[in-house]
Amino acid sequence: MTALDAGVPKRIGPAARILRWNWVGGASGWVWLFIVMLPIYWIVITSFKTQANYFVTNTFAPPSEPTLENYRTAIENDFVRYFANSVVVSVGAVVPAVVISFMAAYAIVRGARNRWLRAINSLFLTGLAIPLQAVIIPVYLIIIRLQMYDTLMAIILPSIAFAIPLSVLVLSNFIRDVPRELFESMRMDGATEWLTMWRLAFPLTRPALVTVTIYNALAIWNGFLLPLVLTQSPDQRTMPLALWTFQGQFGVNVPAIAASVTLTTIPIILLYAVGRRQLLSGLTAGFGK
Amino acid sequence: MTMLAPPAARVTALPAASRERGRSIVWMALPALVMFLAFGLVPLLGALALSFTTWDNISPIRYTGLTSWKAALSDPGLPHALGVTFEIMILSWLAQTPISILIGVFLAARKRYRGVLAVFYFVPLLLSSAAISITFKALLDPNFGIGSGLGISALNQDWLGDSTLAIGVLIFVVSWQFVPFHSLIYQNAVRQIPDALYEASQIDGAGRVRQFFSITLPQIKYTIITSSTLMVVGSLTFFDLIFVLTAGGPGDATRTLALEMYQKGFMANLMGPASCIAVILVLVGVVLAQLLRRLGGRGDESQMEGA
Repeated sequence: MTALDAGVPKRIGPAARILRWNWVGGASGWVWLFIVMLPIYWIVITSFKTQANYFVTNTFAPPSEPTLENYRTAIENDFVRYFANSVVVSVGAVVPAVVISFMAAYAIVRGARNRWLRAINSLFLTGLAIPLQAVIIPVYLIIIRLQMYDTLMAIILPSIAFAIPLSVLVLSNFIRDVPRELFESMRMDGATEWLTMWRLAFPLTRPALVTVTIYNALAIWNGFLLPLVLTQSPDQRTMPLALWTFQGQFGVNVPAIAASVTLTTIPIILLYAVGRRQLLSGLTAGFGK
Repeated sequence: MTMLAPPAARVTALPAASRERGRSIVWMALPALVMFLAFGLVPLLGALALSFTTWDNISPIRYTGLTSWKAALSDPGLPHALGVTFEIMILSWLAQTPISILIGVFLAARKRYRGVLAVFYFVPLLLSSAAISITFKALLDPNFGIGSGLGISALNQDWLGDSTLAIGVLIFVVSWQFVPFHSLIYQNAVRQIPDALYEASQIDGAGRVRQFFSITLPQIKYTIITSSTLMVVGSLTFFDLIFVLTAGGPGDATRTLALEMYQKGFMANLMGPASCIAVILVLVGVVLAQLLRRLGGRGDESQMEGA
């Protein structure tokens, strides 16, 4: 780990080389792993404890008699409905958001000389910097005027709008890398722009489409402010909001809260298992160096 | 990210035909434009407009000039919220930056076990702020939480009931949630440092620590600026986390601008003053982003294009 290795000439990456010795980094790596995993471990084991068990055993000890009781409590408290609401909101917002962002990105790249499209593009870039909190009151007003308050649609529409800027940025950067000859040959064959977009650009952009889909789905699935402000009745609740109300409702029943937290997280963990690479590249898409 | 090269260079190479083509395909951008205008840009201007009105969420909105601004600016809650916001901003930057750089550099090495660790590191990025806050709230219970669990009585504190401790907890939870994101950025940056720099310095006899400070840190300078900008501007918009974890308490110890705005608008039904706070929130964000850009010495190059 130390000076001994330093003299060994091995062909490895530069970072790897300065890091072999780096015990500060190494130690902090393991400490950070502990810090990250402890709450996650705790929430999962607690979700399998009986309430009585939770109060008497060590909080980090695994459950002595594992139970699914807490999951039943969560599900009996309308959890399935909240889950379904979250699915409706996420799918209902992500699919249109990605489709219209893709169309806009295609137009922006293909019509780069058009001043309208250039203006639209810089408008979207500005949009990256608009924080949701700053516009929540006018959005609330608009939703009331549209008579959509307390519906899932109220959450879906602003979610689409706030997904657009980053999606257009990522997708247009990707479409720009499609070789121009391919567009030319489509044109020679007499294909319309509409056809070229779906037949050529769409399949070639798939990796970026997956990235923005996953990224937006995650952001919307976890969204809290829009549901909090734009809905009211329990049957329009999405999961993050439901968790928050569970917390008040279950009070000291920590295992039941733990079970609902675990349940809301399962779909995301599954998504992570399937598409970790796309997800992480999506998270840094707008900002990487 | 390789796919995000600066767009400007390629635009110039486009054939003139694209100007004409542009006209025929402008409509393709319209659905996105309409949605973005309706629920993004118009509301942003709407916040400014509403700040000159009085609206209690029930009766009609009335234009009242500077009344709401006077009310908002004379409220002692505003300077307090600004103070708390800046306190959280600075402390969370101080906490996150060194940890993120360390972990980013650590992860940049292409070693398998670190790849495995990385899988776990990034899990906090996936969880909702609500879930994270609820977990920590339960875990920090003074009687049944972390202190008794680890057998360390010093951890048996009323974490969220004491003003100073509550801020500390908040900084910790913020770091827990966002360090993975920033270490991801640093990991990418460190991997792009040219091999030759390290080789040359090795020949010159530079030690490892020296290499870190003389090569790695200067080379990731712009990344530090980018990451800091995201941290600083992002901290203005912490809402879910604080709302669920402390609800601004104890008392008003953690009531930031965003919470103050929510409180004013949706709890006290003072939409006018709340809109003033929203405008202040945007202004603070823009000013900070500009300052940090100057600091980076990138002149007029936009943060977004630099992405």
